Amino acid sequence: MRPSTSSRATRLLGAALTVGLVVLGLFAFVFTEADLVQLDAVRLLYVHVPVAILSYVGFSVCAFGSAMVLWKRSTWWDITAAAGAELGVLFAGLTLVTGAIWGRPIWNTWWEWGDVRLMTTLMMFLVYVGYLAYRRVVPAADVRARRSAIIGLVGVLNIPIVNRSVEWWESRTLHQKSTLGELKIEDLTLFTLMLGMVVFALVFAWLMIHRFRVGWLEHQAETVGLVAAMAERRAQRDAEIDEALAHPGVSSGSDR
Amino acid sequence: MTHVGYLVAGWGIVLGTFGLYAWSLIRRGRALAARVPADRRRWMTTDATEA
Repeated sequence: MRPSTSSRATRLLGAALTVGLVVLGLFAFVFTEADLVQLDAVRLLYVHVPVAILSYVGFSVCAFGSAMVLWKRSTWWDITAAAGAELGVLFAGLTLVTGAIWGRPIWNTWWEWGDVRLMTTLMMFLVYVGYLAYRRVVPAADVRARRSAIIGLVGVLNIPIVNRSVEWWESRTLHQKSTLGELKIEDLTLFTLMLGMVVFALVFAWLMIHRFRVGWLEHQAETVGLVAAMAERRAQRDAEIDEALAHPGVSSGSDR
Repeated sequence: MTHVGYLVAGWGIVLGTFGLYAWSLIRRGRALAARVPADRRRWMTTDATEA
């Protein structure tokens, strides 16, 4: 078998989430009824709500990892923070897209620029896109880790703002308040929503493990390259010293 | 069933994006793993660890 980021645990996780997605599909499209108001568009919420909540998880992982980077100066936590941010951006992007697709038939608009929930979610998404972009342009690993950790920590302040925006600015949003908090949904619909949470959490975990391992390998590849270059330079220097000792009257030019 | 197009687009984009992202991670992982010595590939399954 070719070396990869897979392990027995991730293969089991992959099998579990594949089965979970099939079961979720059955519940979302076969076993549950259409909503009286939203009709079948409600079936989009079984994917929209879980990816939205998991985007918070991704950004929270990034923030925690960032705090640990500043505290411990740890590469492990830096890679974890970056993986969390990338998954957070992926899930937040999908939240925006699925929200727009759901909003078109229900609100009669794809996007509303004055809506506080939409705009705060977009801002949170863009802050972490900036985080990822910043990491790509700074080559020095320690500087990159420290400065991006600050962005990661500041960015997480968006989560409570996004989450509470529908309560704080009630008149400036089309978005409904928390349905889960007030338990206004029926048993099977609620069960399917919870099942969606579990299944997409498995997807998140699988992606997070693999993304971390890719980051770890990138770091190792950089280190291996650096060590090889240093060894080559050291061997070259030793050869020059030997040459200088063997022929004391001839300068090799390496002392400059 | 109503809103079929929206349902196909919403679910399709999410599942398709996850599939593509997972595939890209596996590909990147394989390419990088080939450049890194086995003893530096912690957590990973290799021929040595499977045997």
